[in-house]
Amino acid sequence: MSQPFYVSPEQVMKDRADYARKGIARGRALVAVQYADGIVLVAENTSNTLRKISEIYDRIGFAGVGKYNEFDSLRRFGVRNADVKGYQYSRDDVEARSLANEYAQILGQTFTHEMKPLEVEILVAEVGFSQDTDQLFHIMYDGTLVDEQGMSVLGGDAEAISARLAERWRRDDDLRAAVRGCVAALSGPDRTLGADDTEVAVLSRSNGRRCFRRLDDVEVSGFLA
Amino acid sequence: MFGPQNDPGSSFVSLLRQVGIEPFSVGDGVSGVTPLTPHATTVLALRCEDGVVMAGDRRATMGNRISNREMEKLVPADRFSGVAISGSAGPAMDMIKVFQLQLEHFEKLDGRAISLEGKANQLSQLVRANLPAAMQGLGVYPIFAGYDLLRETGRLWDFDGTGGRYEERDFVATGSGGGVASTILKVGFRPAMPVEEAVTLACRALHEAADVDAATGGADELRGIYPVVATITRDGWLRRSDDDLAPRFEGFRTEQRAILEGGAS
Repeated sequence: MSQPFYVSPEQVMKDRADYARKGIARGRALVAVQYADGIVLVAENTSNTLRKISEIYDRIGFAGVGKYNEFDSLRRFGVRNADVKGYQYSRDDVEARSLANEYAQILGQTFTHEMKPLEVEILVAEVGFSQDTDQLFHIMYDGTLVDEQGMSVLGGDAEAISARLAERWRRDDDLRAAVRGCVAALSGPDRTLGADDTEVAVLSRSNGRRCFRRLDDVEVSGFLA
Repeated sequence: MFGPQNDPGSSFVSLLRQVGIEPFSVGDGVSGVTPLTPHATTVLALRCEDGVVMAGDRRATMGNRISNREMEKLVPADRFSGVAISGSAGPAMDMIKVFQLQLEHFEKLDGRAISLEGKANQLSQLVRANLPAAMQGLGVYPIFAGYDLLRETGRLWDFDGTGGRYEERDFVATGSGGGVASTILKVGFRPAMPVEEAVTLACRALHEAADVDAATGGADELRGIYPVVATITRDGWLRRSDDDLAPRFEGFRTEQRAILEGGAS
Protein backbone atom coordinates (compact mmCIF):
# COMPACT_ATOMS: atom_id res chain seq x y z
CA MET A 1 0.00 0.00 0.00
CA SER A 2 1.27 3.44 -0.85
CA GLN A 3 1.69 6.17 1.75
CA PRO A 4 -0.76 9.09 1.47
CA PHE A 5 0.78 12.38 0.44
CA TYR A 6 1.68 14.79 3.23
CA VAL A 7 -0.71 17.72 3.47
CA SER A 8 0.03 20.50 5.95
CA PRO A 9 -2.61 21.22 8.63
CA GLU A 10 -2.88 24.81 7.35
CA GLN A 11 -3.81 23.51 3.94
CA VAL A 12 -6.34 21.03 5.33
CA MET A 13 -8.11 23.76 7.33
CA LYS A 14 -8.05 26.16 4.42
CA ASP A 15 -9.52 23.56 2.08
CA ARG A 16 -12.28 22.73 4.54
CA ALA A 17 -13.09 26.39 5.10
CA ASP A 18 -13.22 27.02 1.34
CA TYR A 19 -15.45 24.01 0.89
CA ALA A 20 -17.85 25.16 3.62
CA ARG A 21 -17.89 28.77 2.41
CA LYS A 22 -18.67 27.68 -1.14
CA GLY A 23 -21.57 25.56 0.05
CA ILE A 24 -22.97 28.41 2.13
CA ALA A 25 -22.53 31.02 -0.61
CA ARG A 26 -24.64 28.93 -2.99
CA GLY A 27 -27.73 29.44 -0.79
CA ARG A 28 -29.84 32.52 -0.23
CA ALA A 29 -29.13 34.91 2.64
CA LEU A 30 -31.00 35.70 5.83
CA VAL A 31 -31.10 38.73 8.11
CA ALA A 32 -32.22 39.37 11.68
CA VAL A 33 -32.63 42.76 13.30
CA GLN A 34 -33.92 44.21 16.52
CA TYR A 35 -37.09 46.30 16.27
CA ALA A 36 -39.14 48.13 18.88
CA ASP A 37 -41.04 45.04 20.11
CA GLY A 38 -38.40 42.34 19.71
CA ILE A 39 -36.45 40.69 16.90
CA VAL A 40 -37.54 40.13 13.31
CA LEU A 41 -35.99 37.43 11.14
CA VAL A 42 -36.29 37.56 7.35
CA ALA A 43 -34.98 34.91 4.96
CA GLU A 44 -35.03 34.70 1.22
CA ASN A 45 -36.85 31.40 0.75
CA THR A 46 -39.15 30.38 -2.07
CA SER A 47 -40.35 27.25 -0.30
CA ASN A 48 -43.46 27.47 1.83
CA THR A 49 -42.77 24.23 3.64
CA LEU A 50 -39.02 23.89 4.17
CA ARG A 51 -38.24 26.49 6.79
CA LYS A 52 -35.05 28.36 7.50
CA ILE A 53 -36.45 30.13 10.57
CA SER A 54 -38.10 28.36 13.48
CA GLU A 55 -38.97 28.34 17.15
CA ILE A 56 -36.66 26.77 19.72
CA TYR A 57 -38.23 27.86 23.00
CA ASP A 58 -40.38 30.53 24.63
CA ARG A 59 -38.02 33.41 23.88
CA ILE A 60 -35.54 31.73 21.54
CA GLY A 61 -35.58 31.48 17.77
CA PHE A 62 -33.32 29.68 15.30
CA ALA A 63 -32.29 30.51 11.76
CA GLY A 64 -29.97 28.68 9.42
CA VAL A 65 -28.56 29.04 5.93
CA GLY A 66 -26.63 26.59 3.81
CA LYS A 67 -27.38 22.91 3.51
CA TYR A 68 -30.96 22.26 4.66
CA ASN A 69 -30.53 18.79 6.16
CA GLU A 70 -27.54 19.96 8.17
CA PHE A 71 -29.04 23.05 9.76
CA ASP A 72 -32.34 21.26 10.28
CA SER A 73 -30.68 18.57 12.36
CA LEU A 74 -29.02 21.36 14.37
CA ARG A 75 -32.45 22.92 14.84
CA ARG A 76 -33.90 19.63 16.10
CA PHE A 77 -30.97 19.31 18.48
CA GLY A 78 -31.76 22.79 19.81
CA VAL A 79 -35.46 22.11 20.38
CA ARG A 80 -34.66 18.84 22.18
CA ASN A 81 -31.93 20.37 24.26
CA ALA A 82 -34.14 23.28 25.31
CA ASP A 83 -37.23 21.17 26.08
CA VAL A 84 -35.31 18.66 28.20
CA LYS A 85 -33.55 21.44 30.08
CA GLY A 86 -36.83 23.27 30.71
CA TYR A 87 -38.37 20.00 31.97
CA GLN A 88 -35.49 19.15 34.29
CA TYR A 89 -34.90 22.67 35.63
CA SER A 90 -37.33 25.48 34.86
CA ARG A 91 -38.48 27.38 31.79
CA ASP A 92 -36.44 30.33 33.07
CA ASP A 93 -33.23 28.31 32.91
CA VAL A 94 -33.33 27.86 29.14
CA GLU A 95 -31.24 30.57 27.52
CA ALA A 96 -29.72 31.31 24.13
CA ARG A 97 -26.16 31.76 25.35
CA SER A 98 -25.63 28.21 26.53
CA LEU A 99 -27.35 26.80 23.45
CA ALA A 100 -25.15 28.94 21.21
CA ASN A 101 -22.10 27.57 23.03
CA GLU A 102 -23.27 24.00 22.43
CA TYR A 103 -23.76 24.75 18.75
CA ALA A 104 -20.29 26.28 18.58
CA GLN A 105 -18.87 23.09 20.10
CA ILE A 106 -20.69 20.85 17.62
CA LEU A 107 -19.69 22.92 14.60
CA GLY A 108 -16.10 23.31 15.84
CA GLN A 109 -15.73 19.58 16.54
CA THR A 110 -17.16 18.65 13.16
CA PHE A 111 -14.92 21.16 11.41
CA THR A 112 -11.69 19.85 12.91
CA HIS A 113 -12.42 16.13 13.26
CA GLU A 114 -14.69 15.09 10.42
CA MET A 115 -13.93 14.62 6.74
CA LYS A 116 -16.47 17.21 5.73
CA PRO A 117 -17.36 20.40 7.64
CA LEU A 118 -21.02 21.38 8.06
CA GLU A 119 -21.97 23.77 5.27
CA VAL A 120 -24.10 25.98 7.46
CA GLU A 121 -24.19 29.26 9.30
CA ILE A 122 -26.73 29.57 12.07
CA LEU A 123 -28.25 32.22 14.28
CA VAL A 124 -29.65 31.81 17.78
CA ALA A 125 -31.77 34.80 18.78
CA GLU A 126 -33.25 35.48 22.19
CA VAL A 127 -35.74 38.23 22.84
CA GLY A 128 -35.25 39.82 26.26
CA PHE A 129 -37.74 41.61 28.49
CA SER A 130 -36.33 44.90 27.18
CA GLN A 131 -34.35 45.86 24.06
CA ASP A 132 -31.11 45.97 26.05
CA THR A 133 -31.31 42.27 26.85
CA ASP A 134 -32.05 41.02 23.32
CA GLN A 135 -29.32 38.68 22.08
CA LEU A 136 -28.14 37.57 18.64
CA PHE A 137 -25.56 34.78 18.45
CA HIS A 138 -24.11 34.10 15.01
CA ILE A 139 -22.28 30.79 14.67
CA MET A 140 -20.06 30.03 11.67
CA TYR A 141 -19.33 26.69 9.96
CA ASP A 142 -16.06 26.33 11.94
CA GLY A 143 -17.61 27.00 15.34
CA THR A 144 -16.69 30.68 15.56
CA LEU A 145 -19.26 32.31 17.81
CA VAL A 146 -20.06 35.99 17.45
CA ASP A 147 -22.32 37.98 19.76
CA GLU A 148 -23.84 40.47 17.34
CA GLN A 149 -25.23 43.89 18.20
CA GLY A 150 -28.61 44.82 16.81
CA MET A 151 -28.41 43.12 13.43
CA SER A 152 -27.01 39.99 11.87
CA VAL A 153 -26.61 38.78 8.29
CA LEU A 154 -26.04 35.14 7.35
CA GLY A 155 -25.20 33.48 4.07
CA GLY A 156 -23.90 34.43 0.66
CA ASP A 157 -23.14 38.07 -0.14
CA ALA A 158 -23.33 38.99 3.55
CA GLU A 159 -21.09 42.04 3.26
CA ALA A 160 -23.14 43.83 0.63
CA ILE A 161 -26.38 43.01 2.45
CA SER A 162 -24.91 44.21 5.75
CA ALA A 163 -23.92 47.51 4.20
CA ARG A 164 -27.40 48.04 2.73
CA LEU A 165 -29.08 47.05 6.01
CA ALA A 166 -26.88 49.33 8.12
CA GLU A 167 -28.03 52.32 6.05
CA ARG A 168 -31.72 51.79 6.72
CA TRP A 169 -31.98 49.99 10.03
CA ARG A 170 -33.04 51.81 13.20
CA ARG A 171 -33.26 50.03 16.53
CA ASP A 172 -36.69 51.39 17.41
CA ASP A 173 -38.38 50.85 14.02
CA ASP A 174 -41.88 49.40 14.10
CA LEU A 175 -42.45 45.94 12.58
CA ARG A 176 -43.51 47.28 9.20
CA ALA A 177 -40.41 49.45 8.80
CA ALA A 178 -38.16 46.65 10.04
CA VAL A 179 -39.58 44.09 7.57
CA ARG A 180 -39.33 46.58 4.69
CA GLY A 181 -35.75 47.38 5.61
CA CYS A 182 -34.75 43.72 5.78
CA VAL A 183 -36.42 42.79 2.49
CA ALA A 184 -34.87 45.79 0.72
CA ALA A 185 -31.41 44.85 2.06
CA LEU A 186 -31.85 41.24 0.93
CA SER A 187 -33.07 42.12 -2.56
CA GLY A 188 -30.56 44.87 -3.36
CA PRO A 189 -30.93 47.51 -6.04
CA ASP A 190 -31.45 45.23 -9.06
CA ARG A 191 -34.49 43.17 -8.09
CA THR A 192 -37.56 43.19 -5.86
CA LEU A 193 -38.53 40.40 -3.51
CA GLY A 194 -42.19 39.78 -2.73
CA ALA A 195 -43.95 37.95 0.07
CA ASP A 196 -43.70 34.70 -1.95
CA ASP A 197 -39.90 34.85 -2.00
CA THR A 198 -39.47 35.54 1.70
CA GLU A 199 -39.97 33.82 5.02
CA VAL A 200 -40.61 36.17 7.92
CA ALA A 201 -40.98 35.50 11.64
CA VAL A 202 -40.75 37.55 14.82
CA LEU A 203 -39.78 37.01 18.40
CA SER A 204 -42.14 39.52 19.90
CA ARG A 205 -42.28 40.69 23.50
CA SER A 206 -46.07 41.12 23.24
CA ASN A 207 -46.86 37.59 22.04
CA GLY A 208 -47.38 35.95 25.45
CA ARG A 209 -45.23 33.09 26.76
CA ARG A 210 -44.23 31.82 23.32
CA CYS A 211 -42.73 34.88 21.67
CA PHE A 212 -42.19 33.24 18.27
CA ARG A 213 -44.72 33.99 15.53
CA ARG A 214 -44.61 33.43 11.77
CA LEU A 215 -45.97 36.16 9.54
CA ASP A 216 -48.07 34.81 6.67
CA ASP A 217 -47.79 36.02 3.07
CA VAL A 218 -50.84 38.27 3.43
CA GLU A 219 -49.32 40.11 6.38
CA VAL A 220 -45.93 40.39 4.70
CA SER A 221 -47.35 41.71 1.41
CA GLY A 222 -49.32 44.22 3.49
CA PHE A 223 -46.03 45.49 4.94
CA LEU A 224 -44.28 45.55 1.57
CA ALA A 225 -47.09 47.33 -0.30
CA MET B 1 -27.25 14.95 18.40
CA PHE B 2 -28.87 11.64 17.52
CA GLY B 3 -27.99 9.53 14.51
CA PRO B 4 -30.71 8.20 12.21
CA GLN B 5 -30.66 4.87 14.13
CA ASN B 6 -31.41 6.19 17.60
CA ASP B 7 -33.37 9.33 16.75
CA PRO B 8 -36.33 9.65 19.18
CA GLY B 9 -38.52 11.35 16.54
CA SER B 10 -41.02 14.02 17.53
CA SER B 11 -42.03 12.43 20.83
CA PHE B 12 -40.90 14.19 23.99
CA VAL B 13 -41.42 11.08 26.13
CA SER B 14 -39.19 8.99 23.83
CA LEU B 15 -36.62 11.77 24.00
CA LEU B 16 -36.69 11.75 27.82
CA ARG B 17 -36.18 7.97 27.81
CA GLN B 18 -33.38 8.30 25.27
CA VAL B 19 -31.51 10.68 27.59
CA GLY B 20 -32.16 8.46 30.61
CA ILE B 21 -35.12 10.14 32.31
CA GLU B 22 -38.15 7.94 33.03
CA PRO B 23 -41.06 10.36 33.49
CA PHE B 24 -43.41 8.01 35.36
CA SER B 25 -41.14 5.79 37.38
CA VAL B 26 -42.63 4.74 40.71
CA GLY B 27 -39.48 3.12 42.10
CA ASP B 28 -39.22 -0.34 43.67
CA GLY B 29 -39.63 0.75 47.28
CA VAL B 30 -43.29 1.65 46.87
CA SER B 31 -45.57 -1.32 47.29
CA GLY B 32 -48.51 -2.40 49.41
CA VAL B 33 -48.97 0.74 51.46
CA THR B 34 -50.60 3.70 49.74
CA PRO B 35 -49.10 6.97 50.91
CA LEU B 36 -51.53 9.72 51.87
CA THR B 37 -51.35 12.16 48.98
CA PRO B 38 -53.52 15.09 47.94
CA HIS B 39 -56.46 14.16 45.72
CA ALA B 40 -58.18 16.34 43.22
CA THR B 41 -61.94 16.07 42.76
CA THR B 42 -64.72 17.29 40.43
CA VAL B 43 -63.88 18.16 36.84
CA LEU B 44 -66.21 18.23 33.84
CA ALA B 45 -66.56 19.15 30.18
CA LEU B 46 -69.54 19.66 27.87
CA ARG B 47 -70.05 20.50 24.24
CA CYS B 48 -71.76 23.71 23.20
CA GLU B 49 -72.59 25.59 20.03
CA ASP B 50 -69.11 27.01 19.40
CA GLY B 51 -66.93 24.31 20.94
CA VAL B 52 -66.57 23.01 24.47
CA VAL B 53 -66.79 24.31 28.03
CA MET B 54 -64.52 22.80 30.69
CA ALA B 55 -64.62 23.34 34.44
CA GLY B 56 -62.89 22.13 37.58
CA ASP B 57 -63.22 22.94 41.27
CA ARG B 58 -60.22 24.17 43.27
CA ARG B 59 -60.15 21.89 46.30
CA ALA B 60 -57.52 19.20 46.92
CA THR B 61 -58.00 16.86 49.86
CA MET B 62 -55.66 14.56 51.76
CA GLY B 63 -57.77 12.01 53.63
CA ASN B 64 -60.42 14.15 55.30
CA ARG B 65 -58.29 17.28 55.36
CA ILE B 66 -58.42 20.08 52.81
CA SER B 67 -54.82 20.30 51.62
CA ASN B 68 -55.22 23.03 49.03
CA ARG B 69 -57.99 25.53 48.30
CA GLU B 70 -56.75 27.00 45.05
CA MET B 71 -55.38 24.15 43.04
CA GLU B 72 -55.82 24.49 39.29
CA LYS B 73 -56.96 21.11 38.00
CA LEU B 74 -57.96 22.47 34.63
CA VAL B 75 -55.21 23.85 32.42
CA PRO B 76 -54.75 24.53 28.71
CA ALA B 77 -52.90 21.67 26.98
CA ASP B 78 -52.17 23.97 24.05
CA ARG B 79 -54.09 26.75 22.27
CA PHE B 80 -57.01 24.57 21.17
CA SER B 81 -57.36 22.01 23.93
CA GLY B 82 -57.55 21.69 27.68
CA VAL B 83 -56.94 18.92 30.17
CA ALA B 84 -58.57 18.50 33.57
CA ILE B 85 -57.48 15.95 36.15
CA SER B 86 -58.96 14.04 39.01
CA GLY B 87 -57.04 11.54 41.12
CA SER B 88 -53.65 11.85 42.80
CA ALA B 89 -52.47 15.44 42.51
CA GLY B 90 -48.71 14.82 42.38
CA PRO B 91 -48.58 12.34 39.47
CA ALA B 92 -51.40 14.27 37.77
CA MET B 93 -49.48 17.55 37.79
CA ASP B 94 -46.44 15.81 36.41
CA MET B 95 -48.53 14.13 33.73
CA ILE B 96 -50.02 17.46 32.68
CA LYS B 97 -46.55 18.97 32.48
CA VAL B 98 -45.27 16.13 30.29
CA PHE B 99 -48.43 16.25 28.18
CA GLN B 100 -48.18 20.00 27.54
CA LEU B 101 -44.51 19.60 26.67
CA GLN B 102 -45.28 16.67 24.40
CA LEU B 103 -47.71 18.76 22.34
CA GLU B 104 -45.40 21.76 22.17
CA HIS B 105 -42.37 19.60 21.39
CA PHE B 106 -44.12 17.89 18.50
CA GLU B 107 -45.37 21.20 17.17
CA LYS B 108 -41.88 22.67 17.18
CA LEU B 109 -40.13 19.64 15.69
CA ASP B 110 -42.70 18.87 13.01
CA GLY B 111 -43.77 22.43 12.34
CA ARG B 112 -47.48 21.70 12.84
CA ALA B 113 -49.74 20.84 15.77
CA ILE B 114 -50.97 17.27 16.38
CA SER B 115 -54.61 16.65 15.41
CA LEU B 116 -57.10 16.74 18.29
CA GLU B 117 -57.58 12.99 18.15
CA GLY B 118 -53.80 12.56 18.13
CA LYS B 119 -53.56 14.62 21.29
CA ALA B 120 -56.19 12.46 23.03
CA ASN B 121 -54.22 9.41 21.94
CA GLN B 122 -51.02 10.84 23.38
CA LEU B 123 -52.70 11.50 26.71
CA SER B 124 -54.03 7.95 26.78
CA GLN B 125 -50.48 6.64 26.39
CA LEU B 126 -49.33 8.78 29.32
CA VAL B 127 -52.19 7.47 31.49
CA ARG B 128 -51.23 3.91 30.56
CA ALA B 129 -47.59 4.60 31.43
CA ASN B 130 -48.84 5.60 34.88
CA LEU B 131 -50.63 2.24 35.37
CA PRO B 132 -48.11 0.80 37.88
CA ALA B 133 -48.64 3.87 40.06
CA ALA B 134 -52.41 3.59 39.60
CA MET B 135 -52.22 0.00 40.91
CA GLN B 136 -50.73 1.43 44.08
CA GLY B 137 -53.48 3.96 44.53
CA LEU B 138 -51.83 6.87 42.70
CA GLY B 139 -54.17 6.85 39.73
CA VAL B 140 -54.79 9.81 37.45
CA TYR B 141 -58.14 10.16 35.64
CA PRO B 142 -58.08 13.04 33.18
CA ILE B 143 -60.68 14.60 30.91
CA PHE B 144 -59.46 15.97 27.63
CA ALA B 145 -61.45 18.36 25.43
CA GLY B 146 -60.76 20.77 22.64
CA TYR B 147 -61.77 22.32 19.39
CA ASP B 148 -61.15 20.11 16.37
CA LEU B 149 -59.97 22.48 13.65
CA LEU B 150 -60.34 19.81 10.94
CA ARG B 151 -63.95 18.92 11.77
CA GLU B 152 -64.85 22.38 13.12
CA THR B 153 -66.48 21.10 16.28
CA GLY B 154 -65.79 20.65 19.97
CA ARG B 155 -64.89 17.11 21.11
CA LEU B 156 -64.28 15.54 24.50
CA TRP B 157 -62.80 12.39 25.98
CA ASP B 158 -62.46 10.72 29.35
CA PHE B 159 -59.96 8.05 30.37
CA ASP B 160 -59.80 5.14 32.77
CA GLY B 161 -56.73 4.17 34.80
CA THR B 162 -55.46 1.77 32.14
CA GLY B 163 -55.34 4.44 29.46
CA GLY B 164 -58.72 3.47 28.00
CA ARG B 165 -59.88 6.41 25.94
CA TYR B 166 -63.60 7.08 25.51
CA GLU B 167 -64.96 9.82 23.35
CA GLU B 168 -68.18 11.23 24.78
CA ARG B 169 -70.93 12.70 22.66
CA ASP B 170 -72.24 15.50 24.91
CA PHE B 171 -70.68 15.84 28.33
CA VAL B 172 -68.57 14.10 30.95
CA ALA B 173 -67.73 14.60 34.63
CA THR B 174 -65.33 12.68 36.84
CA GLY B 175 -63.87 12.75 40.34
CA SER B 176 -65.57 12.20 43.68
CA GLY B 177 -68.32 14.73 42.85
CA GLY B 178 -68.58 13.48 39.28
CA GLY B 179 -71.79 11.53 39.86
CA VAL B 180 -73.73 14.56 41.03
CA ALA B 181 -72.19 16.79 38.39
CA SER B 182 -73.08 14.28 35.65
CA THR B 183 -76.71 14.26 36.74
CA ILE B 184 -76.94 18.06 36.66
CA LEU B 185 -75.31 18.11 33.21
CA LYS B 186 -77.62 15.35 31.97
CA VAL B 187 -80.75 17.20 33.09
CA GLY B 188 -79.62 20.60 31.84
CA PHE B 189 -77.90 19.63 28.58
CA ARG B 190 -79.34 20.56 25.18
CA PRO B 191 -77.56 20.04 21.86
CA ALA B 192 -75.83 23.14 20.46
CA MET B 193 -76.31 25.22 23.61
CA PRO B 194 -75.15 28.82 23.42
CA VAL B 195 -71.76 29.23 25.14
CA GLU B 196 -73.06 31.44 27.96
CA GLU B 197 -75.74 28.90 28.91
CA ALA B 198 -73.19 26.10 28.82
CA VAL B 199 -70.88 28.07 31.15
CA THR B 200 -73.76 28.58 33.60
CA LEU B 201 -74.64 24.87 33.42
CA ALA B 202 -71.02 23.92 34.13
CA CYS B 203 -71.00 26.26 37.15
CA ARG B 204 -74.29 24.80 38.39
CA ALA B 205 -72.93 21.26 38.13
CA LEU B 206 -69.91 22.22 40.23
CA HIS B 207 -72.09 24.11 42.69
CA GLU B 208 -74.37 21.12 43.26
CA ALA B 209 -71.43 18.69 43.43
CA ALA B 210 -69.80 20.86 46.11
CA ASP B 211 -73.10 20.90 48.01
CA VAL B 212 -73.10 17.11 48.31
CA ASP B 213 -69.47 15.99 48.07
CA ALA B 214 -67.14 17.04 50.89
CA ALA B 215 -64.08 16.72 48.68
CA THR B 216 -65.37 19.21 46.10
CA GLY B 217 -65.00 22.93 46.67
CA GLY B 218 -67.65 25.36 45.41
CA ALA B 219 -67.25 29.11 45.02
CA ASP B 220 -65.40 30.53 48.04
CA GLU B 221 -66.62 34.16 48.26
CA LEU B 222 -64.83 34.75 51.54
CA ARG B 223 -61.41 34.17 49.95
CA GLY B 224 -62.46 35.16 46.44
CA ILE B 225 -61.64 31.72 45.01
CA TYR B 226 -63.80 30.53 42.12
CA PRO B 227 -63.63 27.32 40.07
CA VAL B 228 -61.61 27.33 36.86
CA VAL B 229 -63.98 27.55 33.90
CA ALA B 230 -62.79 27.88 30.31
CA THR B 231 -64.26 27.82 26.83
CA ILE B 232 -62.41 26.41 23.83
CA THR B 233 -63.67 27.55 20.44
CA ARG B 234 -62.20 28.28 17.01
CA ASP B 235 -60.56 31.30 18.67
CA GLY B 236 -58.78 29.04 21.14
CA TRP B 237 -58.69 28.64 24.91
CA LEU B 238 -60.30 31.37 27.00
CA ARG B 239 -60.44 31.19 30.79
CA ARG B 240 -63.43 32.92 32.34
CA SER B 241 -62.57 35.61 34.88
CA ASP B 242 -63.77 35.49 38.49
CA ASP B 243 -65.86 38.61 37.80
CA ASP B 244 -67.67 36.68 35.08
CA LEU B 245 -68.27 33.64 37.32
CA ALA B 246 -69.20 35.37 40.62
CA PRO B 247 -72.71 36.56 39.54
CA ARG B 248 -73.56 33.04 38.30
CA PHE B 249 -72.75 31.47 41.68
CA GLU B 250 -74.54 34.33 43.46
CA GLY B 251 -77.56 33.49 41.28
CA PHE B 252 -77.62 29.85 42.46
CA ARG B 253 -77.45 30.99 46.05
CA THR B 254 -80.32 33.44 45.61
CA GLU B 255 -82.43 30.67 44.04
CA GLN B 256 -81.64 28.32 46.91
CA ARG B 257 -82.41 30.97 49.52
CA ALA B 258 -85.82 31.62 47.92
CA ILE B 259 -86.63 27.90 48.01
CA LEU B 260 -85.58 27.55 51.66
CA GLU B 261 -87.54 30.63 52.75
CA GLY B 262 -90.57 29.43 50.75
CA GLY B 263 -90.40 26.11 52.61
CA ALA B 264 -90.25 27.80 56.01
CA SER B 265 -93.40 29.92 55.59
